Amino acid sequence: MSDLPLIQADRAVAPPAATTTRGRGRRLRLLSRTDRVVITLMVLVPLILVVGLVWLPALATVLLSGTNWDGIGPLGEIDWVGLKNYDDVVNIYPPFVPAIQNNLLWLAALFVVATPFGMFLAVLLDKELRGSRFYQTALYLPVVLSLALIGFVWQLIYSRDQGLLNALLGGETDWYGDPHVNIWAVLVAAGWRHVGYIMLLYLAGLKGVDPSLREAAAVDGSSEASTFFRVVFPVLRPINIIVLVVTVIESLRAFDLVWVINKGRNGLELISALVTANVVGEASRIGFGSALATIMLVVSLVFITLYLATVMREDKR
Amino acid sequence: MSRPRSQAEYLARLVPPSVAGLNRRSLLAGAAGAGALLGTGLLAGCGSGSGSDSGAGSKTVSLGSNASDPTPKDALAKVMDGFKTSSGVQVNINTVDHNTFQENINNYLQGKPDDVFTWFAGYRMRFFAAKGLAGDVSDVWGKLSGYSDAFKKASTGDDGKQYFVPMSYYPWAVFYRKSVWQQHGYQVPKSLDELNTLGAQMKKDGLNPIAFADKDGWPAMGTFDILNLRINGYQFHVDLMAGKEAWTSDKVKKVFDTWAGLLPLHQPDALGRTWQEAAQSLQQKKSGMYLLGLFVAEQFNKDEQDDLDFFTFPEIDPTIGAKALDAPIDGYMMARKPKSEANAKKLLEYIGGVDAANILVKSNPGTLVANTGADTSGYTALQKKAAELVGSATEIAQFLDRDTRPDFASTVIIPAFQQFIKNPKDIGGLLTSIENQKKSIFTS
Repeated sequence: MSDLPLIQADRAVAPPAATTTRGRGRRLRLLSRTDRVVITLMVLVPLILVVGLVWLPALATVLLSGTNWDGIGPLGEIDWVGLKNYDDVVNIYPPFVPAIQNNLLWLAALFVVATPFGMFLAVLLDKELRGSRFYQTALYLPVVLSLALIGFVWQLIYSRDQGLLNALLGGETDWYGDPHVNIWAVLVAAGWRHVGYIMLLYLAGLKGVDPSLREAAAVDGSSEASTFFRVVFPVLRPINIIVLVVTVIESLRAFDLVWVINKGRNGLELISALVTANVVGEASRIGFGSALATIMLVVSLVFITLYLATVMREDKR
Repeated sequence: MSRPRSQAEYLARLVPPSVAGLNRRSLLAGAAGAGALLGTGLLAGCGSGSGSDSGAGSKTVSLGSNASDPTPKDALAKVMDGFKTSSGVQVNINTVDHNTFQENINNYLQGKPDDVFTWFAGYRMRFFAAKGLAGDVSDVWGKLSGYSDAFKKASTGDDGKQYFVPMSYYPWAVFYRKSVWQQHGYQVPKSLDELNTLGAQMKKDGLNPIAFADKDGWPAMGTFDILNLRINGYQFHVDLMAGKEAWTSDKVKKVFDTWAGLLPLHQPDALGRTWQEAAQSLQQKKSGMYLLGLFVAEQFNKDEQDDLDFFTFPEIDPTIGAKALDAPIDGYMMARKPKSEANAKKLLEYIGGVDAANILVKSNPGTLVANTGADTSGYTALQKKAAELVGSATEIAQFLDRDTRPDFASTVIIPAFQQFIKNPKDIGGLLTSIENQKKSIFTS
């Protein structure tokens, strides 16, 4: 950040009053009229977008969560019901607790299994195997496919009566219908996509590692494994953080697969699916759905705060 | 929540809202409190083409249609051509994807809806009428003939006025293959005991007695509805759906107890199965019977259509009888402030008349026409029998999710019924949970 002339100019202004005129002169020279217009635009446009598309809707969601609005009638007729929606969510809404559990399970599964596996594949592909382009494409394909298609592909595999899996295993497991099984079945499908995503991210990082580091480690007699863990992995710190953040975001916003499968019911409850089921469409329980969305916002804020705190501490160091 | 009418529609609804785009946008807009503005902007965008006409003297009327599938869309276009020929009034049809139409109906009706629009009979129709979002068409009904009282009842709002003109419907019944039944010598059951005996016999013969699927959440509503209608009767169904009766009452418990008794006869693991798969098990002669709407016939080949037959669900309580059934009615409503009310009413009168019904019989074999005056000689044998069944019905229910609040049906009932199918033992706890949520929803 410190290489921006704007900031240098500001710092130059700060010292004693005697130099003020000179400082101002420099500042004027640095910031021509065009510069100022450009800077104003560069700040204003993202600001309007962020405020209009992120902060206002988020605030409106929090406000609406205190009402019982059904989406019909003017905003003036909305009744304030206080914390009733939250009370209902926690006390009489059966899908809520499974949804929280499933979201956490999702996070754990991606973090413990899918992400490390994606990183592992990236390391393998980085070895310049023959046909690595092909593997790369094959592994990344699930990320590119449309969700409707993915839902359909897995339906063909998991269907109880007509599916590939039961035909091969000769069993009668109800992969999508049995609430004890289906979350794992979906996690496999979600992991399938996530692995490809992480693989590509990590591969890009690995390609950027200076080869001389590895050569030096090899000269010093370091094994493959210890070269990776002691040299390459620490060097890739920025990528590691991105991978971590992507994993957390992916598991919090997990929605599409369960929605395609059964709209997030019967063992596949996720907070995001519950929000959608309540707010979108004919149901129009906008107040109640907003309460669920607010809870999700709070959960996300915990992770965002942790992440920002870590990053800022690093920056200070 | 409506039943998909074709494979294409079923596939189309697999597309999640995040991909469909429009829904995502309306979600955000709804959260921002601007849902009404944006949503109607999108839907009314199609309606603004008719903005040029004004007053009663104009020669156009606009129609908002959810008939996005080829067959119904084509049939609707033919009916509207007929209207143009007979009245000289041009109909501007704005077709919107079936699900999108349904999901945006709130915003659509609050914005600038078309003069006439497609909708369903039932609670949701009465709800819009009570909210003042639909126009009174009682005087159109004064000119209509050929409708049974049941249809008129289904078109009437809470205030006793009519707000709906029925066009077509399909009954729910127990379907079976004649060839399978002849082979084993099965007889149509006349009582619950006979149904149980028949089921046990089918099990011995290596068949699934009753095909069953509830992955999508709505098919089980059909089972609940018919048991409730047989055990407690039509009026209780209406009151229960309106939130006036308690779900914890002994009457509802009895429905679930009976259902739990029948569950062993149902195809296992229903929660992972789509209705298409269940219908195919009937088609492949693996299942003996299947309680579903007339649209089950879609899963049968052309040459198998004649082999398909049905019976209405047998009597459980002799004092209640077996004359009520689910037969969802599709039809038309008028906007609260149509641009040209005279033309809109003219159109509704035509739609409710014999000519329109005759056109529909010829162009859409997948449904039954509501007007009894229509020439139904073009019906298939199955259609004829279905029409007789509904004609002899004393009361017609619209199906659970059309007879109650949509928020209650989709966010409470579907998870609850799926919970019951998973664990039929804890009926008491389940009903308490439904009742608690019902109280919260119906009082808000």
